[in-house]
Amino acid sequence: MSELLRTPLHDLHISLGAKMVEFAGYSMPVQYPMGVMQEHTHTREKAGLFDVSHMGQVIIKGHDFQSAAHALETLIPVDIMGLALNRQRYGFFTNDAGGIMDDLMLANRGDHIFVVVNAACKSDDIAHLKANLSDGTVTEITDRALLALQGPASEAVLAALDPAAAEMRFMDVAVLSFDGVECWVSRSGYTGEDGFEISVSAHQATALAERLLAHPDVAPIGLGARDSLRLEAGLCLYGHDIDTLTTPTQAALNWAIQKVRRHNGKREGGFPGAPVILDELQDGAERKRVGLLPEGRAPMREGVTLFAGIDDAAPIGQITSGGFGPTVGRPIAMGYVPVAQAQNGTIIYGELRGKRLPLTVVALPFTPATFKR
Amino acid sequence: MKFTEEHEWLRPEGDVVVVGITAHATTQLGDIVFVELPEVGAIVAKDDEVVVIESVKAASDIMAPIDGEIVEVNTALAENPALANEANGDAGWFFKIRPSNPSQMDAYMDEAAYNAMIA
Repeated sequence: MSELLRTPLHDLHISLGAKMVEFAGYSMPVQYPMGVMQEHTHTREKAGLFDVSHMGQVIIKGHDFQSAAHALETLIPVDIMGLALNRQRYGFFTNDAGGIMDDLMLANRGDHIFVVVNAACKSDDIAHLKANLSDGTVTEITDRALLALQGPASEAVLAALDPAAAEMRFMDVAVLSFDGVECWVSRSGYTGEDGFEISVSAHQATALAERLLAHPDVAPIGLGARDSLRLEAGLCLYGHDIDTLTTPTQAALNWAIQKVRRHNGKREGGFPGAPVILDELQDGAERKRVGLLPEGRAPMREGVTLFAGIDDAAPIGQITSGGFGPTVGRPIAMGYVPVAQAQNGTIIYGELRGKRLPLTVVALPFTPATFKR
Repeated sequence: MKFTEEHEWLRPEGDVVVVGITAHATTQLGDIVFVELPEVGAIVAKDDEVVVIESVKAASDIMAPIDGEIVEVNTALAENPALANEANGDAGWFFKIRPSNPSQMDAYMDEAAYNAMIA
């Protein structure tokens, strides 16, 4: 474990009794003594505090926001130039084949773009940006931690420290002051719940985390519950549900590509893989990411092979994320199926321990989002 | 009561042996959400995979610790897998097996030896 990277909250995790595991080269808490199931439920009912400091925080600064946005649009098929001040948007880097290199959040912070990328991809992402961005400087922020406070009590917890937190809507970003500590805050997250992500300087991160944890509604939450929460919310995990071999349309992420970047849009295309991605946006793809409900109680996890019929020899796809959904109280999964099997209500089969068991194709998410829009 | 290195406990009860997993094992596994039990009447050999347990984290197998016939399974556990976390050693048992070779029990640890192993 000695060569693993540590976040600024590492010692706090240990003192809270976390079970630490390796994740993307970091030593990270997978669960605390409360356990995954209760941590999951606590986040849905009150508020959960997550350490996501392993993720990459990047600042892209050009002559002004518009020039940096213009440059970044050559790598990301999203309307960045049209992003309003202090607003955030979901996006992804694409490759020439139309595949997804990483998914990310990007925010208009006035004189720069603030980008948060996945831990496992961050060094590749930064290299990609530095090599291919025609305008602007790319700076990885390595002296700040990133916390996420998620769940219905989050607003009240943060508003007690800075009332401006309550003024934010879903996908707003703001600079707030918690106990005099400057924090870069966004109203977003990865749980399907209302919540916030908080960038705070590394040396002040533990004090802020302890301050938040002192609130009776806040409990520390590990990666285990983070995964079951995002799965119930129907959110993709990079490297599992999306990767360089999945396109945005296959991944059911059309909503992330605004009209202005599509066929007949004002800034149509101009990003890697545009021919493939634009055609699929118009005509659909051959396969699609769908929600799947396994019948019965047995969870079907990533890698389970899917079949159209109980006796069919040829597989039609695979589960890319699956497990038990504590809030829905049953096993849930996501996976890729051909469009012929992608209609809600379609029954398909997954092979589990040599047996074919039925799954029903269902709409995502499994639990309704509770964002404050 | 005997214990295996795979964290099973074996409790003789008349001419059968009740099998479950230890509190240490359930703590390591985390919240258990699914248990697949063997069929009553199945003839099993030592080290056959007889039970599948799924926790929130992963699937794991439980091996038959001895040769014999499965004579009863804990249907309450299949309906409420959380029993395995809450009641190990008691209501959280998995199956009862009638040993065909009872001396296989002798190879397993007593409680003190097991506690020393997990310490």
